[in-house]
Amino acid sequence: MVDVVSFLIAAAIVLGGALGVVGFSNPVHAALSLIASFFGVAVVFIIQEAHFLALVQVVVYAGAIVVLFLFVIMLLGVDTATDLRTEPLVGQRALGLTFGAILLTLILGGLFLSGPGDERGAVALTGQQSVVQPVDDRSQIEQLGEDLFTRNILAFQATALLLTIATVGAVVLVRNEGGEDLVIDEPGSAAD
Amino acid sequence: MELTESWFLVLSALLFTIGATGLLIRRNPLVMFMCVELMLNAVNITFVTFSNSLRDLSGQTAVFFVLVVAAAEVVIGLSIVVAVMRRDPEATADDIATLRG
Repeated sequence: MVDVVSFLIAAAIVLGGALGVVGFSNPVHAALSLIASFFGVAVVFIIQEAHFLALVQVVVYAGAIVVLFLFVIMLLGVDTATDLRTEPLVGQRALGLTFGAILLTLILGGLFLSGPGDERGAVALTGQQSVVQPVDDRSQIEQLGEDLFTRNILAFQATALLLTIATVGAVVLVRNEGGEDLVIDEPGSAAD
Repeated sequence: MELTESWFLVLSALLFTIGATGLLIRRNPLVMFMCVELMLNAVNITFVTFSNSLRDLSGQTAVFFVLVVAAAEVVIGLSIVVAVMRRDPEATADDIATLRG
């Protein structure tokens, strides 16, 4: 019963945060709402006994990635609310919401209606025990580390390469080659 | 009431749909990136759910790689946003069409 209650609270935080990201007109508020959603996801991970991933979720997502978002918002000075009442592309929202409803119907339909025989969807997928790599009594971090550095070593090295390319790419993209100063909107600078 | 996998999978489906819909209806490139992050998190919930119910840690390893790719994607995406917004601070997703030359 405790886990049901904590799941419902976490799910409310996750979905509320997600709706805030879509609904807030100010990008700063959307980013803060995103933090709430990420924390909710971390709680969902804890409920499912993925404690280490919950930690990583808070440090990397709620810490690093959202701070990067806020940093860019502040750097560019786009922290003003956009008017959400006007709709520059006519029908964009109606089409987007229609697409969302269709997508949700398809996913939930796949979840609950698919599958062979009486075992439907998730039950058909999860009703069997895995033989690939059963969880044993060692600590979770130890097992994750072993999995990462033995079976997935090639993918691990590929991600190292990917991060290097991303770092170099970010420098190349943002470097100010013409020597032109970045326009930063300081409060009061527009007056003079 | 018992907490089963379906609860988590439905939560994941809802989160993914909110992210996808937000990506389609918002026009600020920064908010669109946040919506992509929501979709990636929805997939992570699914991975962890199946990892937990199948007693197989491979799902949790997959979440690591999603995390790394998400970090790289945010870095490059925000660089592009900075480069575009530097030319036009009011740019929306439509204005990136000027890249076609």
